[in-house]
Amino acid sequence: MAKPFSVKRQRGFTAMAIACFAALYLPIFVLVIFAFNSASSLSHFEGVSLRWFHEAAQNKQVVDATLRSFHVASVAAVIATLVATMAALATTRTRPYPGLTFKYALLNAPLMIPEIVTAVALLIVFSQVKGWIGYTGIGYLIAAHTAFCVPFAYLPIRARLENMDLTLETAAADLYATRWNTFRYVTLPLLWPGILAGLMLSFVISLDDVVITEFVKSAGQDTLPTYMLGQLRRSITPEVNAISVVLLLFSVLVVTLFFFASKRRN
Amino acid sequence: MNEAIGIRDVSKVFGQGDTTFTAVARVNISIRENEFFTLLGPSGCGKTTLLRMIAGFEFPTDGEILLHGENIADMPPFRRPINTVFQNYALFPHMTVADNIGFGLRMLGKSKAEVSERVIEMLRLVKMEPMAGRRTSEISGGQQQRVALARALAPQPKVLLLDEPLSALDYKLRKEMQLELKRMQHETGITFIFVTHDQEEALTMSDRIAVMSKGQVLQVGSPRDIYDAPADRFVAEFIGETNFLTGRVRKIAEETAEVMLEGGAAISATAAGVGVGDDVTIVVRPEHAEVVAVPATGSAVTKGTLENVVYFGTDTHFHVRLPDGSVFVTRQQNRPRLSSEFAVGSEVSIAVAADAARILRAGA
Repeated sequence: MAKPFSVKRQRGFTAMAIACFAALYLPIFVLVIFAFNSASSLSHFEGVSLRWFHEAAQNKQVVDATLRSFHVASVAAVIATLVATMAALATTRTRPYPGLTFKYALLNAPLMIPEIVTAVALLIVFSQVKGWIGYTGIGYLIAAHTAFCVPFAYLPIRARLENMDLTLETAAADLYATRWNTFRYVTLPLLWPGILAGLMLSFVISLDDVVITEFVKSAGQDTLPTYMLGQLRRSITPEVNAISVVLLLFSVLVVTLFFFASKRRN
Repeated sequence: MNEAIGIRDVSKVFGQGDTTFTAVARVNISIRENEFFTLLGPSGCGKTTLLRMIAGFEFPTDGEILLHGENIADMPPFRRPINTVFQNYALFPHMTVADNIGFGLRMLGKSKAEVSERVIEMLRLVKMEPMAGRRTSEISGGQQQRVALARALAPQPKVLLLDEPLSALDYKLRKEMQLELKRMQHETGITFIFVTHDQEEALTMSDRIAVMSKGQVLQVGSPRDIYDAPADRFVAEFIGETNFLTGRVRKIAEETAEVMLEGGAAISATAAGVGVGDDVTIVVRPEHAEVVAVPATGSAVTKGTLENVVYFGTDTHFHVRLPDGSVFVTRQQNRPRLSSEFAVGSEVSIAVAADAARILRAGA
């Protein structure tokens, strides 16, 4: 009897799997190790200490950049998720019509347009706008982040809406719920996991962004990634590792929280 | 009897331009207050579309839908005092059983005390009191069905719509729920409009049935009317098993016509609206005919070859091949000595009980 095909029994499967995981995680592992180095070397480990975490926390530039990153990411994520939710509702709670597919494409196109192109385009537009209205604050950065976060927020929300049983909304209408009440008491509660996923995804994407930020930011508007990039150009110390470790812990924490939150809901 | 729901010349056409589909075509039905009314027909006959128009989920292309005389055809569903039990139940998965049942009342703005009182009453009616705090995913299909029913009945609608609500249940549970539904209809005094493709379900539960096909109503009547006096061939075939015989009317005396069958035998059948010399179709229900030995005596009408004997426990079905090639089925209750009387392949006669043969309306 021939056994059914299983990729696990192919020769070299284990070796390849280990190689892949090593390529993915070994660099991160090394990065984490050196974050705890007591010396300022990135190649020579001398002893365990929290020195670089401490130094990063003392560094006003790091603190400022971190706060700015969180500020931009949270505002951008909230606005993007709001926009994406409305877009998802408009594109799923309708009978199909000519042009709907084009709208999907339009909403998702930013995922495919090279980031550098968007970055240059925004740089040009914003420099014009700055000239006209004189405002040079953080708003441009927030606007740019919001723009590229929308498609990321849109994807999980739309997926959730499409998988939702439409008869639930029909049933609500049958039971005297107006359109608003149907949304408020049936659609929205069932949509929450999707909205949370969209919010998280756009928050993380915004937090992580280098290219667009680098182009759009004015002087003194470094976010954490652009600050780190700047540091690398000078003398590189395990401080960058320490910041990375904190960011890593933060995103692991957020994903874990989300996982348990959505599990409890279902 | 007052009319609860009036369907007046209602049509529903889906699509636009060249690709239109008429789901419901100029239907007229009058459903009485406190009636258990069934829309029966095969899938795609328009029964669900008609139900959805009564609920307000679809709007008629043409015609009026009256609720106690008021035209509600264009009213949104949340303004209609009509509730629905959905085929897949459509219970809100993020709410408890009790919250599901109370949803309609909350949307109507009833006070908390009133809502909880009514929820308890409903839980009692459907015998689900111990499950009040459960999530809908934690209860069985039969229990979900009861919750769906309680949820739809809680706001005390004028009319309750049921869209094939029993189709997902297993046989035994379905039988149980049929009786239960009937009981609830009786207790609440609410007009029930029930949609099904299951003729047996329709016959056992309904006060009246409308048989639908291809968007049209073919016959409206009590289960007995429809079974005993089907309006046309489709109704006769759809409701229960039926034998069709063709022949020509030879003589008419009062309500009875004597018909010469194609095989040469004569049969008397109840008739309306036929004349001597007409070619007619006669329907005979399997339980009104009997296989008897040749040579036949008395009421035997036609001869054939016994092709198959199927034992069903309570009764036995005999399949007889007639000379014209068609198969005539009789259903006879089993008695201790009946089973071995006729051998497959032997010549038998078919006897039809007096008054059991019926001529279909001319042209039907």
